[in-house]
Amino acid sequence: MSHLIDVSAVLRRTVADHFSDLVTRPTGAAVRTQIEAQLLLSTSATVVIDFSAVGLLDFSCADEVVAKLLLRHAADSPEAGDPFFLFRGVSDSHLDAIEAVLERHGLALVAEPSDGPRLVVGALDPLERVAWEAISRLGSAAPADVADAAGCAVADAEDILEGLRRRRLVRRRESHYLTVWEEGADA
Amino acid sequence: MTTVITVPPSLDDTSFEQVLEQVAHFPPEQKILVDARHTRWASPYGLTALLTLAESRIERPDFAAPEIEDTASYWARAGFFKYAVEMYDVHGHIPKTRAGESEVLLEITPVRKSEDVHTVVGRIQQKAAEIIQKKLNIDAKATVGFAMTLSEACQNIIEHAGRGGWVMVQTYQWQKRLGRRVVVIAVCDAGVGFRSSLESAQGHRLGDRWDDAMALEEAVIRGVSRFRETGRGQGLAGIRRYIGRWDGKLSVRSGTARITIVPEWDDDEPLAEGLPNFPGAQMQITIPEKVAAK
Repeated sequence: MSHLIDVSAVLRRTVADHFSDLVTRPTGAAVRTQIEAQLLLSTSATVVIDFSAVGLLDFSCADEVVAKLLLRHAADSPEAGDPFFLFRGVSDSHLDAIEAVLERHGLALVAEPSDGPRLVVGALDPLERVAWEAISRLGSAAPADVADAAGCAVADAEDILEGLRRRRLVRRRESHYLTVWEEGADA
Repeated sequence: MTTVITVPPSLDDTSFEQVLEQVAHFPPEQKILVDARHTRWASPYGLTALLTLAESRIERPDFAAPEIEDTASYWARAGFFKYAVEMYDVHGHIPKTRAGESEVLLEITPVRKSEDVHTVVGRIQQKAAEIIQKKLNIDAKATVGFAMTLSEACQNIIEHAGRGGWVMVQTYQWQKRLGRRVVVIAVCDAGVGFRSSLESAQGHRLGDRWDDAMALEEAVIRGVSRFRETGRGQGLAGIRRYIGRWDGKLSVRSGTARITIVPEWDDDEPLAEGLPNFPGAQMQITIPEKVAAK
């Protein structure tokens, strides 16, 4: 089962009861610290970071909350226990700020917008994006399936999928790769 | 001896330079009287810059309030006198204001700590939505970006000024220069300014050409921050993105220079150097009404 972290509740608990906007670096840093504390207690492979009740998200806060969280858990060399993240309830305006900071750091994440299908956002090359979309469409797929979709060699598809897995954008179960929202142990 | 500094009849970012040209001749210990008796109109930049001017002085200055009742009344509703009396010895009639009667989008508000930014952003959102959609004919999506821009502009004070500053937002018909309605954000402080802020960065090296103009280019154009983490400098980059999307104008003055991201509808200089020295940083963001394409 995934672990749900309601960012708005963390904001109100951590900073002030009446705040619903994620603005300023100090606020972002305080919220991230609390999210990190919850992650320490979590045993779930996937953590859902829920922005549904967050009003405004500015660039500085997106950098503190989203980018720094990913840098710690989903950048080049994540550890075995690092979770996969699904960012739920993100609006178009949240995405404006999030995409800007992801591009700056060369990061990417899986988002579940409040009014649309799940998508991957941030710094990905076109083949990585096609591979991720194939996994998203199929739910679970072998490298050969992704190779078909992307029009590349199976060995190249394997490399791409491993790269996506290291960035915590897809999971692996035995010889198949699956979305971060699928239940199941990561190999 | 008190030196009289005359405030122009119409006070905005451009004409405020006339004030600074007069003040530049007198050290901060010199007593000055800022004479606004004949001033008829002031932009958010003009009003916040007047407060910043007082903060830049060691000897508490005098201030002569506008004689025109409507002007003084508007300045009062904008919150100017509420703070001016703390920094100036104010002379002349100060109209009283009643709570809730202000039509100003965001009255002059001090920005001293992170919580102040939350307050500013919280207060602006509802009013901004109304103005941006109904009066500026801009997409509703622009409202959130507007609040984000305001947030980042205010944070610039907290992160870099080393002291508090002021913010004000207003919308008005900019008949003379543009013939359209605009919404204007002014954020002013009398802090350390961009050059000193960047100089305080660890490992910062002074190049052959290092001055206020260069510091502004580094910060505003190249997104350099005194903090060396990769994610820093996002705020000004975000502001630039916003004004680019909505055909806005950004100008930032610090020390002796001013850098401007100039839209097609304006003919301001991209970089002005050799201006009278004024401490801190003064930022103005102008978003114009959208006109239908011909």
